[in-house]
Amino acid sequence: MALLQHGALQPNNWRFVGDDAAIPVDEPVTVSLKRWQAEGESLRGRNAPVGVRLKNDEAPQALGQDVHRLSLIEVEFPKFTDGRAFSQARILRDKLGYKGELRGIGTILRDQYLYMTRCGIDSVELPEDKSIDGYLAALKEFSAWYQPASDGRLTVIELRHPANANARRGGAPVVTASVAAHSA
Amino acid sequence: MYRYDEFDATIVRERVEQFRGQVARRLAGELTEDQFRPLRLKNGLYLQLHAYMLRIAIPYGVLSSRQVRKLAYIARRYDRGFGHFTTRQNIQFHWPQLPEVPDILQHLADVEMHAIQTSGNCIRNVTADQFAGVAADEVEDPRIWAEIVRQWSTFHPEFSYLPRKFKIAVTGAQDDRAAIRTHDIGLRLVKNDAGETGFEVWVGGGLGRTPILAVRCRAFLPKQHLLSYLEAILRTYNLLGRRDNIYKARIKILVQATGGEKFAQMVEEEWEKIKDGPLHLPQAEVDRIHRYFAPPAYETLPDIDPAFETAKLEHPEFARWARVNLVKHQVPGYAIVNIALKSEGGVPGDASADQMDLLAEVADAFSLGEVRITHHQNVVLPYVRKRDLFALWQRLKPAKLATSNLGFISDIIACPGLDYCNLANARSIPVAQRLSRHFGDPRKLDEIGELRLNISGCINACGHHHVGHIGILGVDKQGQEFYQVTVGGSSKEDASLGKIVGAAFSEDDIVPAIDTIINTYLANRTDRSERFLDYVRRAGVDPFKEALYGSAPARRTAAE
Amino acid sequence: MAMASQMITANRLSDGMVVYFTAGKGWSETFAQGAVWNDKESAETALNESKESVKARIVVEPYLFDVAVTDAGPKPTSARERIRADHNPSVAPDQGSWTGRIPD
Repeated sequence: MALLQHGALQPNNWRFVGDDAAIPVDEPVTVSLKRWQAEGESLRGRNAPVGVRLKNDEAPQALGQDVHRLSLIEVEFPKFTDGRAFSQARILRDKLGYKGELRGIGTILRDQYLYMTRCGIDSVELPEDKSIDGYLAALKEFSAWYQPASDGRLTVIELRHPANANARRGGAPVVTASVAAHSA
Repeated sequence: MYRYDEFDATIVRERVEQFRGQVARRLAGELTEDQFRPLRLKNGLYLQLHAYMLRIAIPYGVLSSRQVRKLAYIARRYDRGFGHFTTRQNIQFHWPQLPEVPDILQHLADVEMHAIQTSGNCIRNVTADQFAGVAADEVEDPRIWAEIVRQWSTFHPEFSYLPRKFKIAVTGAQDDRAAIRTHDIGLRLVKNDAGETGFEVWVGGGLGRTPILAVRCRAFLPKQHLLSYLEAILRTYNLLGRRDNIYKARIKILVQATGGEKFAQMVEEEWEKIKDGPLHLPQAEVDRIHRYFAPPAYETLPDIDPAFETAKLEHPEFARWARVNLVKHQVPGYAIVNIALKSEGGVPGDASADQMDLLAEVADAFSLGEVRITHHQNVVLPYVRKRDLFALWQRLKPAKLATSNLGFISDIIACPGLDYCNLANARSIPVAQRLSRHFGDPRKLDEIGELRLNISGCINACGHHHVGHIGILGVDKQGQEFYQVTVGGSSKEDASLGKIVGAAFSEDDIVPAIDTIINTYLANRTDRSERFLDYVRRAGVDPFKEALYGSAPARRTAAE
Repeated sequence: MAMASQMITANRLSDGMVVYFTAGKGWSETFAQGAVWNDKESAETALNESKESVKARIVVEPYLFDVAVTDAGPKPTSARERIRADHNPSVAPDQGSWTGRIPD
């Protein structure tokens, strides 16, 4: 599998290691939450980066402040109708303040990709021969957003009331030109 | 009414283009039906028995005459000359062709309408009291809040793949005309002891296979926290709602399994963390939306209009219509007019393109260019001067739009049933038609008094049969249509679920069975002031069982 | 009990119209032109053949349904399939809903 990240298909250097398998010494790996909770101390001591793969029914809050020690968290879309990972992603970003790579794995449809990025997912796993044109096009299908999410995009309410938004965002100037230009 | 600004217009236009692309990918074979289905459903497009069906949102039931004319145009140009208004303030077209649906959506976008999230496992069209802004018993106008919720829920990135569909209703009055307790979330505007307005929040209601009435989740929610509180409920549901069984996936099952108090506590915990975050509603935005719903420039009129009074005396049929179909307005000299889409022998909720054009015409002439659609599948003109009522009635009558049966047994809620719907087990429309003919005599209606009769063609309960005073549910027995009857349901502030009277009736026996139920009530009520629902609540189902089945049900009871 | 006779139906992708699988492995809007299978094996074989039309984007979700073979030809045994075979709701066409689609 390859990764769609930063607008291009990239090689994937990470490997998920099952709970019973040996952890390779110098390779970036993700492990289950269960294994992280059991072996966190030794995993943190490795030289290579480590990440956690969350199952859909696992609460991200279980990671607590550990999120700051992880280089990657994976959330799963076992089938595209299962949207739990959208909420898990938002909890990781907004509540736990996770700043590292947040990856969507499983069934990643182009029609959901925009929502994934809005919820703070910044890489997704795709088959290596997959054309990414549709995914990149999907990101441009909308240019205005009603609700705040985990991507920092300005909401319609903020654009309608720049003074309010300035106050909320600590005085950073709010740019209102983009949508107006788009709708011209 | 609300008007789109550049942002609203941009989002709807971009949605049309996105859907155009999705349809093109389906037709080109890039999407399989399994992949396309959830995408089309999120835009209200079903594949039904005979054809596609497009469900279009009428947010909180409000339409301008321009929008009604556009619907009439779509009905003629892309469909078969009619549309069907639903219990969720939507309109359905039953014959569109797939390649043309994007064009229909473009026409809708031109008049600030869309089909966004009218189906699928996402937050559906937000509904509200059809008398919002004009009802005499209103605490505050629910449309402002319904519009705020509409915008927040549109393309919500986190809540577009929920375990199951999610319906929100808002009412601003004590008299619950939005059926909030049958919704996933019901919001009622209330005043607290300090005189502030906020929301009473109900959660976990729904009909379908397991009908459950919502429980109160919060007694008073300050208005500026509405969106964060909704987000807390939705997040809790999205993470914990069941996904292993479609019949147990609605939030009502989660609330019941968790317990109402515990669920409310979980929501509160989540809400505490986000309530002062970016979802906190700026007053400037509330004010902006509020301005669109400012009362129109009413004329100062005497409340009693002599011409109206005279017309009633001279035309008994008009007098009856005025007695039955008018509702008290906030403003003296004005009336709220109900137009029943329930003509004798007609299809409940259907309007032909010609009728739509006429509705637009009378809305312009008599109601400031605005109409409302009700969850009872009727139409409302919200701003009619009493002195115009007779002229209005004269325009409506030849178009079969002046039926005087609002709130009576022939004012039937009915889903499209097996005549159109892929999910249905039995037909609803022919039963409704036969009942409306059987109970066509206005004197008979008056004698029976207030009675809500609702028909669903299957257990999914789009016809709200559980909350009809009389409910009829279509069932399939070896390929044949049968009808199960319940009594005692209500969708109002005294909400209750109907109880089954006994074994289902055949197509031939269903109308006589309803007749027997009505006769049982008429013979046994204390007097006319005891409504059918009151009688059922007092006497239970036994008198009906006895009248319908004789001694047979008694044996069943003994065996239980 | 002997297996009921069966036919194959689907909805056309473009307009959703009800169609029936024919002996010539095509599709017809006319119920009477649909082929009837009298044993399970040939019915299943035909269903698999009909699914080629799904890949070809002609129809959506073909399936088998029971018919009773009478002197006047096959008849659907369920209310659902009787209504589908009519291509129209059972609602009387004089109710005002049937002005028909108008041209541009």
